[in-house]
Amino acid sequence: MTEHELKQKSIAYRKTILTIINQCGAGHTGGSLSCVDILNVLYNAVMNVSPANFDDPNRDRYIQSKGHSVEALYTVLADRGFFPTSGLDTLNTYQSHFIGHPTRKIPGIEQNTGALGHGLPLAVGIALSAKLDERPYRVFTLLGDGELTEGSNWEASMTAAHYQLDNLIVIVDRNTLQITGPTEDVVALEPLASKFEAFGYAVRSCDGNDVGELQRTLSDVPFAPGKPSLLVANTVKGKGVSFIENQVGWHHHVPTADELTQALGELDRAQQLLKVG
Amino acid sequence: MTYHYIRPEVIANLSADDPFAGLKAQATRHAYAEAIIELAEENPNVVVLDADVSKSIKTNQFAEKFPERSFNFGIAEQNMMAAAAGMATTGLIPYVSTYAVFASMRALDQLRNSIHYPGLNVKVAASHSGITPGPDGVTHQAQEDLSLLRAVANSTVIAGADSVTTKMAVKAAADWEGPVYLSFTRDPVPLIYTDDFPYQIGKAVTVRDGDDVTIVALRDLVMHALIAAERLAAEGISARVIDCHTLKPLDEETILQAARETGGVVTAENNVIFGGLGSAVAELLVENHPIPMERIGVRDTFAESGPYMDLIHKYGLTYPHIMDAVKQVLARKTPVTA
Ligand SMILES: Cc1ncc(C[n+]2csc(CCOP(=O)(O)OP(=O)(O)O)c2C)c(N)n1
Ligand SMILES: [Mg+2]
Repeated sequence: MTEHELKQKSIAYRKTILTIINQCGAGHTGGSLSCVDILNVLYNAVMNVSPANFDDPNRDRYIQSKGHSVEALYTVLADRGFFPTSGLDTLNTYQSHFIGHPTRKIPGIEQNTGALGHGLPLAVGIALSAKLDERPYRVFTLLGDGELTEGSNWEASMTAAHYQLDNLIVIVDRNTLQITGPTEDVVALEPLASKFEAFGYAVRSCDGNDVGELQRTLSDVPFAPGKPSLLVANTVKGKGVSFIENQVGWHHHVPTADELTQALGELDRAQQLLKVG
Repeated sequence: MTYHYIRPEVIANLSADDPFAGLKAQATRHAYAEAIIELAEENPNVVVLDADVSKSIKTNQFAEKFPERSFNFGIAEQNMMAAAAGMATTGLIPYVSTYAVFASMRALDQLRNSIHYPGLNVKVAASHSGITPGPDGVTHQAQEDLSLLRAVANSTVIAGADSVTTKMAVKAAADWEGPVYLSFTRDPVPLIYTDDFPYQIGKAVTVRDGDDVTIVALRDLVMHALIAAERLAAEGISARVIDCHTLKPLDEETILQAARETGGVVTAENNVIFGGLGSAVAELLVENHPIPMERIGVRDTFAESGPYMDLIHKYGLTYPHIMDAVKQVLARKTPVTA
């Protein structure tokens, strides 16, 4: 897929995310908008996974540790044809399988998540299995940055380095915000890249909202032979809508009808600019 | 007087089409957030530990008021729980605030080994207990927390029915030497009680008189027990209601007396039927006074997302289910021969 097509998709995804969160009256707006470009690139340009090969043991695996950003995941999976887009209309409604955190009841989802700090150890387990079974697939996992204070991440990192899991790709959605404020004010993470390096990863960083940069970086894994790869994806929480960007309160704020109209307007204009450019 | 300590507007509503309509309601997590500020003003040893959900619980208001006595550990519940143990060894009274799933399961090892085993004076303030966190789904629904905490030696486990008794519990916990687990609702629940409620940890309170059967309930199901009792009265059934706000230590005396006087028991809890209130009462009755009994609680299943009331109804926890359970108990009671 070309960079231009990926860019178009990102804008369309943002519209869907905002629309379904508004419709169901609950959701994690900021984190879904910050990570959707990563999901776009993974599912449309990097990972070997599709509805057609989802039962192939050699498919690439994706584990979304920051399960609360489920709206981004549902949106991308629907677009990839894992289930009809109409499923999204039932998001969070009573008795729908489309609940507020990922579950395996939804086609395309590998693992139930939502309690933070599980995704990386889970991905390590899958990567260990791939090595044992001598299978070629890779395991991608997406972590929140606030989530990194869970100690399980660092335990799993030591395991990953110890077993030289070069089939493991950890992506950190570095939007610098968590619920109660900037990560650096809550419990400082920096210097983050050097922490990960010290834990044995081959580390890179890029603009996590730039699909071109993401595609180039993620197509180049493993970043080093014999090491797990770690990408610090520098993102903007709420990316794509002026009044949502970088606002702590938008972690799980739900757009009102007016806010939705304004947001969709901004995204329409972005779409037009893209066509012209 | 059939009812005790119940607000008149609550009683007036019990047989209405929507018994919840128009009642003042508050999530008990927010009652905690208010009470902890009042408590901290009186008791300089009280500190609050948070794990990135203080906006939801509203302990961010405590943090504004007492910045030096508030600690945000980020998303690190195990770290927070063990740190609370450390603080308690120096004489502080830490209130550890997070969601019940994380307090009772993620950090259960720290809670057991570093807090209950040495008997440290840590209070756990656990929000989103039971299946009240509707929209978030299973990962945020602590349907087992009461059972897990009850199983730990030397634990004290509290589940208040409304904001009035929750505030009383938060303060009583500070005077109670040793660990206390306080569970709160995510969703608003009606204010049931008047301010003269005789709150004492470990002392269950009979809030409605009755002779045919006893409903023992805790937290958000006390209101459902009251509604059930009022509606059963219209059918000629006289149900006693006990608010068992302290699951452990269980008030054996009050429950056994009610069992003897009414001859049948229904327990009601928004918690799994394994190891919680239903189990505690069943154990008590089997060993002392076996009589017909039914348990209302979450069966062997996980729930899903949905509005709180829809969910608890689907999983069999609302007043119509309590009414059915009462009738089953009555059908099994030995007929009294004159
Ligand atoms: C173990 C655990 N603790 C707390 C929560 C509640 N929670 C959900 S999202 C969130 C903040 C996540 O921040 P971050 O990881 O930075 O995610 P993002 O900014 O990408 O949304 C918290 C505390 C949770 N889901 N799991
Ligand atoms: Mg973040």
